[in-house]
Amino acid sequence: MMQLAVLSGFVLAAFAPLLYRWLGSRTTVFLALYPAAIVVWLLAQWPSVVGGEPVLLEMAWVPGMDITLTFLIDGLSLLFALLIAGIGAFVLLYAGGYLHGHRDLPRFLVILIAFMVSMLGLVLADNLVTLFVFWELTSITSYLLIGFNHTDLSARKAALQGLFVTVAGGLALLAGLVMLGSAGGSWSLVELTTRGEALREHPLYTPMLICLLLGAFTKSAQFPFHFWLPNAMAAPTPVSAYLHSATMVKAGIYLMARLQPSLGGTEAWVTILSLVGAMTMFTGAFLAVRHTNVKKLLAYSTVMALGTLTMLLGIGTQGALVAFVVFLLAHSLYKGALFMVAGILDHETGTKDVTAMGGLRTLMPVTTAVALVAALSLAGLPPLLGFIGKELMFESVLHASHFTLLLLLLAFAAAFLTIAVAAIVALRPFFGEQRQTPHVAHEPPAAMLLGPAVLAALSLLLGLMPGGLDGLVQAIVVGIGAPEANVHLALWHGINLPLLMSLAALVLGWLIFRRWDRLRARLAYLDPVIARGPEAGYDAIMVALVRIAEWQTRALQNGYLRNYLAVTLLVLVGLVGHAFFFRHTPQFDVSISVYLHEAVVAGLMIAGAVTACLMKSRLAAVAAVGVMGFSIALTFVLFSAPDLAITQLLVETLTVILLVLVLFRLPRFANLSAPSERLRDLVVASAFGVMVTLLMLAVLGGERLPRISDYMVENSQPLGHGHNIVNVILVDFRALDTLGEIFVLALAAIGVYAMLRFHAAEGTGRLPTRPRSSDDGE
Amino acid sequence: MVRSGTLILNVAARFLLPLQLLFSLFLLLRGHDEPGGGFIAGLVAAGAFALYLFAFGLGALRAMIKVSPRDLVGLGLLFALGSTLPAWWGGEPFFTSQWWTVPIIGFKASTPLIFDIGVYLVVLGSVLTAITALMTTDRDPDA
Repeated sequence: MMQLAVLSGFVLAAFAPLLYRWLGSRTTVFLALYPAAIVVWLLAQWPSVVGGEPVLLEMAWVPGMDITLTFLIDGLSLLFALLIAGIGAFVLLYAGGYLHGHRDLPRFLVILIAFMVSMLGLVLADNLVTLFVFWELTSITSYLLIGFNHTDLSARKAALQGLFVTVAGGLALLAGLVMLGSAGGSWSLVELTTRGEALREHPLYTPMLICLLLGAFTKSAQFPFHFWLPNAMAAPTPVSAYLHSATMVKAGIYLMARLQPSLGGTEAWVTILSLVGAMTMFTGAFLAVRHTNVKKLLAYSTVMALGTLTMLLGIGTQGALVAFVVFLLAHSLYKGALFMVAGILDHETGTKDVTAMGGLRTLMPVTTAVALVAALSLAGLPPLLGFIGKELMFESVLHASHFTLLLLLLAFAAAFLTIAVAAIVALRPFFGEQRQTPHVAHEPPAAMLLGPAVLAALSLLLGLMPGGLDGLVQAIVVGIGAPEANVHLALWHGINLPLLMSLAALVLGWLIFRRWDRLRARLAYLDPVIARGPEAGYDAIMVALVRIAEWQTRALQNGYLRNYLAVTLLVLVGLVGHAFFFRHTPQFDVSISVYLHEAVVAGLMIAGAVTACLMKSRLAAVAAVGVMGFSIALTFVLFSAPDLAITQLLVETLTVILLVLVLFRLPRFANLSAPSERLRDLVVASAFGVMVTLLMLAVLGGERLPRISDYMVENSQPLGHGHNIVNVILVDFRALDTLGEIFVLALAAIGVYAMLRFHAAEGTGRLPTRPRSSDDGE
Repeated sequence: MVRSGTLILNVAARFLLPLQLLFSLFLLLRGHDEPGGGFIAGLVAAGAFALYLFAFGLGALRAMIKVSPRDLVGLGLLFALGSTLPAWWGGEPFFTSQWWTVPIIGFKASTPLIFDIGVYLVVLGSVLTAITALMTTDRDPDA
């Protein structure tokens, strides 16, 4: 039942515009009650989860295909769900202030809440298929959120880029999940956790791992797919604070952590994850210092953090997993806070450029304090949670079994670069001499300050009293593959190597911060090299994709109906014919007795078809086709299928109506095709007719499989409560098929509408500047 | 161009429309046991509106049905999707059909019926969308 409560968020999302009409600017406060309620419910599960008893809420979805809506609440999903719902509540409040009075705020709220629900579903789902569904939902909703300012070309481009990269990874993920499910013999994550031995020795292990990791890497912006994340900063800041720090980009991390007990620990796993993670960590930190846009600085440092998390999963020792959990939590808290501070700066000063700001501490003291605390955590300084996370990270890198020196170097470089980024973000805008900004800055409304203040306070509080996290961290670490652990987090570990490394990093980071302006000028020399990075590869692929699409459109979709038909029919003849003659030995039953009236109806059909082909006028051809259609209806009547007959008659009638409407718009009738072309069409049509005939004869003559219609006839009344078997099949037994069909029908209607109303002006592909006539009902 | 109809067509359409719509509802409701159902009923209703359209033109049709045909399509999809959900409340899998008997009149209400209403609306809306779109580009003077 809890599943329904969580999923009812989709309904809430749909009603957000209506609520906005009633509640106005208080809508966000009301909507924030939904994630807040979920936080309360999750906290109620805390004792059980921390006590080592994961909560499993079972619920069937499509039992015939082993698809469930079962929710699994163990340490890992509890932490993620708490972050999603908790930060989500603050982001909703924040968005109410940030987009106050924005024309499209209701639309924004719809998508944001839909995203929140998808994300909760993703981390709570126990079933691989359900997980994938929610995974794709987060891709789609995040596409809509990044492209929220859809009149801005760069926002649209960034949104598409994010969508393409994550959805391409999603396809790989689907393949990986199918392999995982069939190799592991279960679609449940809980069950798969216990089958690690068998999975790691399965022949499909390597392809499975590659596909799953492709999905995780694209979603979590790992090198070389990292480029979409900084571009996604085109989104409004509440989106960046939510999706691109704490939630969506961590979905890939979540998946990898989830799979650690089933697939982790092998040579391939350790190599790929540590190297890709370390590479991403360094790339993110290095590219960050080139930027002056505060959101880009934070985005690249997020890439750095995502890389660190991947690397820690790759190292995979117990210490690394503990570091993973602490780093994850610390990053979500400080990065969410910092992004919201970045939004406040943008909102109150009118610029995102840190070099254009200065001395804001006197104008916005509370914001300054929040930014300082969060940035201290980002820099990994005591007494904040970020410090504990970074010390644990250094500690586990020192004890890594593979590539120890390389990982250590990259981690150290990332650490001092991150300290520089933290200093740039927290010191540059607030200290130094005051500068003129487009708006005169002042403190933001309380709704916008609440979120970052609470998150920053949590960073500090948990840093001072990390013992409160022991139970949760232990539950998570045991859940993701560490042997029985005994976790005790502490702020002070004594003077050891990690602490010395931190000190050295602090000095170096400070130096970079002091010389940042000069350093940036130097780094500009690298721009041509960076421009040839992975994003250039993405652009090349997109260009190639468009070329291929153009080519295949010209070849296949050339606008001639007869070519479409020829291609479709020939492919069908080829495939069916191949299966027919090479896979089976067909037996034809030609001993069919035909009554005279049946022969007459068949003759009418043939006559109608032949006449239609020979007619020199459209109206006559339409009439001839009508004869054929009504004869078919008659056949249905003869074989006692009244539903089919009625449908056929009605469709014939409506076809006539549509044709009448179209006929006026067609040019004068003329034979444009050469005799040879018509001969070719005749051959194609005959081949198809012969194939269908042979198929029918073979169906009659071949060995009989148990007939499915017997089941339908027997169960129509007892199970479907209906005497009309056709209808019971349509709306009950095969209702899922019908659902798909009516969606196709709806799409076709929209297609017809779009084609006719927004018809490209003389085929130039441009939309007409305004609809040709008054629109219906709008 | 399609012009508004003759006197006979006008009178016939005015009287036939309610009968046809009533018949389509009849087909829809009895469809589970006798020939009929949402698809057929939707086509009948679309035919009824098409007749009215030919008799009185696009403007009159729009003035009568008030909603945009495309909204009917969306509404139909919502009905069909909504019919899949009640099973969850009974703890049964998605899409399992649910049956309730309406007290007093003894009518059998069910999720398949709701689903069928969805099919009805989608079919009706789709056909009307196509027909009105074709009429509009004809630059009908009433449009």
